[in-house]
Amino acid sequence: MSEIVLQIDGRDVAVSAGTTVLQAAQQAGIRIPTLCHHEKLEPYGGCRLCMVEVEARGRTSYVVSCLYPVEQGLVVRTRSDKVDMIRRVILEELMAHAPDAPELVRLAREYGADRDRFEKEASFCVLCGLCVRYCAEVKGKHAVGFIDSGAAREIGFVPELAAKECWDCQECFALCPTSYAQAAYLLTEALAFPGRRKAHSRPA
Amino acid sequence: MPRLHSAVELEEFRAGILAARDPARPCIAVCGGAACGGLDSAAVAGAFAAEIGRQGLEARLDLKTTGCHGFCEKGPNVVVSPGDVCYFEVRPEDVPDVVACTLRGEVLDRLLWTCPDTGRKAVHMDEVPFYRHQTRILIGDNPRIDPTRIDDYLALGGYAALAKALFEMSPEQVLDEVKKAQLRGRGGGGFPAGSKWETTRNAPGDEKYVIVNGHEGEPGAFMDRALFTGNPHKVLEGLIIGAYAIGSHRGFVYTRHDSPQLIRHVRTALAQAEECGLLGEDILGSGFGFHVELHFDVGIFVSGESSALMRSIEGHPPEPRPKYIRTSVAGIRDQPSNLNNVETWANVPQIIGRGAAWYAGIGTERSKGTKLVSLSGNVVNGGVAEVPMGTPLRTLVYDIGGGVPSGKALKAVHFGGPMGGSIPASLLDAPLDFDELSRLGAPIGAGGMLVMDEDTDMVEVARYLLDFLTTESCGKCVPCREGMRQSLKILTNITQGRGKDGDLGRLDDLSTVTGLACLCALGRTSADPLKSMLRYFKDEYEGQIAGGGAAK
Repeated sequence: MSEIVLQIDGRDVAVSAGTTVLQAAQQAGIRIPTLCHHEKLEPYGGCRLCMVEVEARGRTSYVVSCLYPVEQGLVVRTRSDKVDMIRRVILEELMAHAPDAPELVRLAREYGADRDRFEKEASFCVLCGLCVRYCAEVKGKHAVGFIDSGAAREIGFVPELAAKECWDCQECFALCPTSYAQAAYLLTEALAFPGRRKAHSRPA
Repeated sequence: MPRLHSAVELEEFRAGILAARDPARPCIAVCGGAACGGLDSAAVAGAFAAEIGRQGLEARLDLKTTGCHGFCEKGPNVVVSPGDVCYFEVRPEDVPDVVACTLRGEVLDRLLWTCPDTGRKAVHMDEVPFYRHQTRILIGDNPRIDPTRIDDYLALGGYAALAKALFEMSPEQVLDEVKKAQLRGRGGGGFPAGSKWETTRNAPGDEKYVIVNGHEGEPGAFMDRALFTGNPHKVLEGLIIGAYAIGSHRGFVYTRHDSPQLIRHVRTALAQAEECGLLGEDILGSGFGFHVELHFDVGIFVSGESSALMRSIEGHPPEPRPKYIRTSVAGIRDQPSNLNNVETWANVPQIIGRGAAWYAGIGTERSKGTKLVSLSGNVVNGGVAEVPMGTPLRTLVYDIGGGVPSGKALKAVHFGGPMGGSIPASLLDAPLDFDELSRLGAPIGAGGMLVMDEDTDMVEVARYLLDFLTTESCGKCVPCREGMRQSLKILTNITQGRGKDGDLGRLDDLSTVTGLACLCALGRTSADPLKSMLRYFKDEYEGQIAGGGAAK
């Protein structure tokens, strides 16, 4: 693999071709905030928190670093007024749904986001899709998926699959930044197959 | 229909069709377009057929149901040739009189267009103001074509440009001609079609694809449907020529599942073209082969976004992909895929047939050719119009559109639907030009033009457009999904008299981030109407926030 040298926050960073800007920054020890990113999963580009400013061929643009491929001579700025503003507004938008999610609270402090800026709609889910994609890509089960589109989008467990697959897995719970995946699963369980938990918790 | 094996056979076949037609014999063309169809033009066509049958006039009078003529406001439209005598708002009970007049070589006065001011009548198409100010090089053939008959398209010189491309030009020459014509994409972006073709042509790949984007999901845009339903072969011919230039042997037509007439006509056109040897293996004996598949959307707006559309063709949900690598390089199944919209493809045959110099002679410095525009809203003459690029918007609103109804004043003109923008009446002399209108904040988009009168509440317009988009976003990325959700809440509050201090600041932040950070063009441009309104109509927003809603 050929080596590519790019500049991140004023530092020259050498990485192999095909690397994303986010990976390159991580290799150089430069932190870029992410929410929907997970190293075991295909880059998703949904949360847009990892957005950075890039300069290539004399043009400045804003790209998501988890998907943007490195190129020779690329100049990347991981912080700028605009980048910080994008992150702040995105955090404010997400905190309308999950105002107390620890990761959001921490980032809000860093970027000066006001969790009460926008009207609350406490759905708790920020639709990062980690549960959905982990179940599909790593487990190959598709027991949890997206339902509907646009502002009506939500995640939901498929009862028939969840009854079969989730009991012994539940690995997505730990990935969820807001604990909503667990809540959604428990709701599905309570509605669709309530007997199972009782049977398991009975002393042997 | 015979299978044609050469350009000579095509010309012989065409000569045969023309020889069997008597140009002096009257032909009654009943518009079967979407609007006239909705006014039951089928009953009018049925009445004509019955009358012709009753009087045994089959040998003296031709009858056809065609695609959209354009003047939707006055439907059902009937055009009698030769001479293009235009009858409007024709009802079945008018039919015997129209037939009688036509046989006598006379004109039926009561169905002619009448000037609302002077009472003056217009007989021929080129005297009706709605048509007179247009340059109808794309849609002008519609009244002469039964879309289910390839004969009608061939009779007007159809597929001659394809034969010219295949036998007289190399693929490079075809590409060069399109570049020289400076054809720009009609789907919204206005990207130079030739450069896009060249990218796909030069991109490495086992297979290359060409695609017709016939999705047209934009509210208030109905010109592509009028063109594609009314003259499917024109689009198809453009696609085949493009495939030849790009080196593609497989194409896709992507359109809406909910337009049965369009689907029927495109399907018929594909079958007839294949039967004639104009599509499939060894087209016209040239050795060039090209196949086309028809695909349908799943009923959401974002299906028309290029990367979402390609995901849909692959069989996945239509979610946009980030285009850091362009679809012209890696599209369907990661192969180079060139997507253009209906109107762009329809321009190709005439560019090849009549030459790039002719084409580039129409329009402005950087926007060439004509543009189809769907005129709707507070305008007297709603319909589909075609004008040269550079035409002042005033011509569209007043000369063609007949002005604003009920003597009201014009307030604004909105272009490009929910991702476009509004400009005030004071800018009405601006030209219809990709760059100029973008600069003013009302990019042409696909060509939906909404006219708004003095009573229009501009906060409500922004709210309405956002309400549409909120349900059409795929919901994958945060700034699109959440930015629209919050903007819609704020706008709804303002229109209901619950606006607050800081609302404009919040809207500004939301639309700035939406514009910078969204994954696809739907999201990035979703705040454009709002931005244009805050640019030209900010006082109205401030007034409603301060005064507790619309002052009515």
